[in-house]
Amino acid sequence: MSTVVYVPRDAGALALGAENVAAAIAAQAQQSGAQLSLRRNGSRGLYWLEPLVEVETPQGRVAYGPVCLKDVASLFAADFLSGKPHPLCVGPVAQHPYLVRQARVTFVRVGIIEPASISDYRAHGGYQGLSRALAMKPAEIVQTVTDSGLRGRGGAAFPTGIKWKTVFDAAAAQKYITCNADEGDSGTYADRMLMEGDPLMLIEGMTIAGLAVGATQGYIYLREEYPHAHKVLNEAIAQAYRQHYLGADVQGSGKRFDLEVRLGAGAYICGEETSMLESLEGRRGEVRVRPPLPAIKGLFGMPTVVNNVISLATVPAILKDGAAHYRDLGVGKSRGTLPLQLAGNLKRPGLVELAFGVSLRELLYEYGGGSASGRPLRAVQIGGPLGAYLPESQFDTLIDYEALSAVGALLGHGGIVAFDDSVDMAHMARYALEFCATESCGKCTPCRIGSTRGVELIDRMFKGGDREAQLLRLESLCDTMAEGSLCGLGSMTPFPVRSAVKYFRADFLKSRPAG
Amino acid sequence: MNERIDSIIARLAAEPGPLLLVLHAIQDEFGCIPDDAVPQVAHGLNLSRAEVHGVMSFYHYFRHSPPGRHLLRICRAESCQAMNGAALERQAQRSLDVSFNETSSDGAVTLEPVYCLGACACSPALMLDGELHGRVTPARLDELLAQCRSRS
Repeated sequence: MSTVVYVPRDAGALALGAENVAAAIAAQAQQSGAQLSLRRNGSRGLYWLEPLVEVETPQGRVAYGPVCLKDVASLFAADFLSGKPHPLCVGPVAQHPYLVRQARVTFVRVGIIEPASISDYRAHGGYQGLSRALAMKPAEIVQTVTDSGLRGRGGAAFPTGIKWKTVFDAAAAQKYITCNADEGDSGTYADRMLMEGDPLMLIEGMTIAGLAVGATQGYIYLREEYPHAHKVLNEAIAQAYRQHYLGADVQGSGKRFDLEVRLGAGAYICGEETSMLESLEGRRGEVRVRPPLPAIKGLFGMPTVVNNVISLATVPAILKDGAAHYRDLGVGKSRGTLPLQLAGNLKRPGLVELAFGVSLRELLYEYGGGSASGRPLRAVQIGGPLGAYLPESQFDTLIDYEALSAVGALLGHGGIVAFDDSVDMAHMARYALEFCATESCGKCTPCRIGSTRGVELIDRMFKGGDREAQLLRLESLCDTMAEGSLCGLGSMTPFPVRSAVKYFRADFLKSRPAG
Repeated sequence: MNERIDSIIARLAAEPGPLLLVLHAIQDEFGCIPDDAVPQVAHGLNLSRAEVHGVMSFYHYFRHSPPGRHLLRICRAESCQAMNGAALERQAQRSLDVSFNETSSDGAVTLEPVYCLGACACSPALMLDGELHGRVTPARLDELLAQCRSRS
């Protein structure tokens, strides 16, 4: 019997040489006559160990990492195919301390199965949610999602069930399910990992959404920067069509659901839902004025569900295990689990899916292992480029929507970027404004002009003169942007800027070498 | 070229909201969206030239002219900055003697900024000709640049 070896095809693992490692393992096996079946899984999210090679043994899957090309020969010499010790061996991966304390609901299969394999997906509990949904009335599906307490994981945290109910209630000849996979926030990669590691879960979630609200067409709006996810999604969609999980007659139910991936073209603003709809319609991704809400008048003017990847991918688990099971996780109004993404200057960056209520400090030190550079951590940005920076004194804040908003921060899509004490926070504030200027759609003045003026203000501060006066102007500019912008890009850019000023004021006031 | 663009338009015109699909297909085939293609696309999709130009110029990804033989996109976003990505930006600019969105004088490499490649757990990251590289050291960047210049 041949030994099963897994080498991830996740983009993060590939970025660290997984493709070459897979090829070398196959070549060496052939040379030594070892019987080996090479499978390509997603990533477990233990990125400091990628490429993480796993071997199936009677004791479960034993992992080795990070494996470089030059390690392959010694792995064979140590008989890793029998799960034998090697300096890179991290033991049975399922018992890894990073994983055992997690509550993986949405990421339960990611890194375990082969992404586009329907048989593997079904063998691990896939498509049970859809079976349940097909036996329910549409209104019951909507009610189940409402009862679960699931809130949109894209950043705005709007209750998913209420959004679905609005689309369900709207009468129209055509409705749409759209998945916002324009994951542009720095420090976030959960959508990418899920699409590359368990794309069928997203496809199943969108199919259930279609059944629930009466939509027959779905679109996944994927950013162009994710070519690997694009490939895996298309493979999985093709498989789903082949086995009648998509198409004119979903599993013999007589219900239709079609699904297509559409690529963005490098515009951060298209992660904003109305801008995404404009882009899907083939136009400039300029923000629409709301109302009307997309749920009433969305894609091509029709009632449209716009949900994030994680929100939609969580739906199958909710249908499979029931609303109560999901709702019982979490705290306060933040129910269920949240896939947090540790990034930046950390020793152990990776994906941590937990019930709400963990502290930032625990994430940064117990999971993240402190800084990668060995220097003290100085600042953390949560929730992407529009999220606030928090200093060490705020690290005991709990990760839930309300606790973070109480300290002027936001959870966003759950990305956490850590900086060590070499960071210049005035520089990061300038970057936030520069990013806003680069990515502004240009429709409203506070965002389009304000961002550029903000960069100029900080540049003037860097040159000298009355820095306190410039800071006052900067704060007033932030007020204008926050109050007057049409969408989150302009109105939230003040979050990183103001928090940097508030907690790291000295960085703005210090004198700098000329040039 | 005209015929190839016509066939792209014919293939995609019936799709709902086809303009981005068409522009992607043209750039996939030609490496850019040639200026001559704009009136042709406008005519084929019953849009004005201004509409096509407006869409094309809105999105960072679409380009008027083909890139150099290699396209290097360095991530400028926060996670990569936290891991000293700015040093890689400077290194690439110095080594190629270009600013962002320029091509080296030997035509070998076009340097572009990119705002997050989703490899934030492997910062700093860059993408070279569609291939993602993580935890990039200055030495690794030098190797990659040298490969770009030696391969034609």
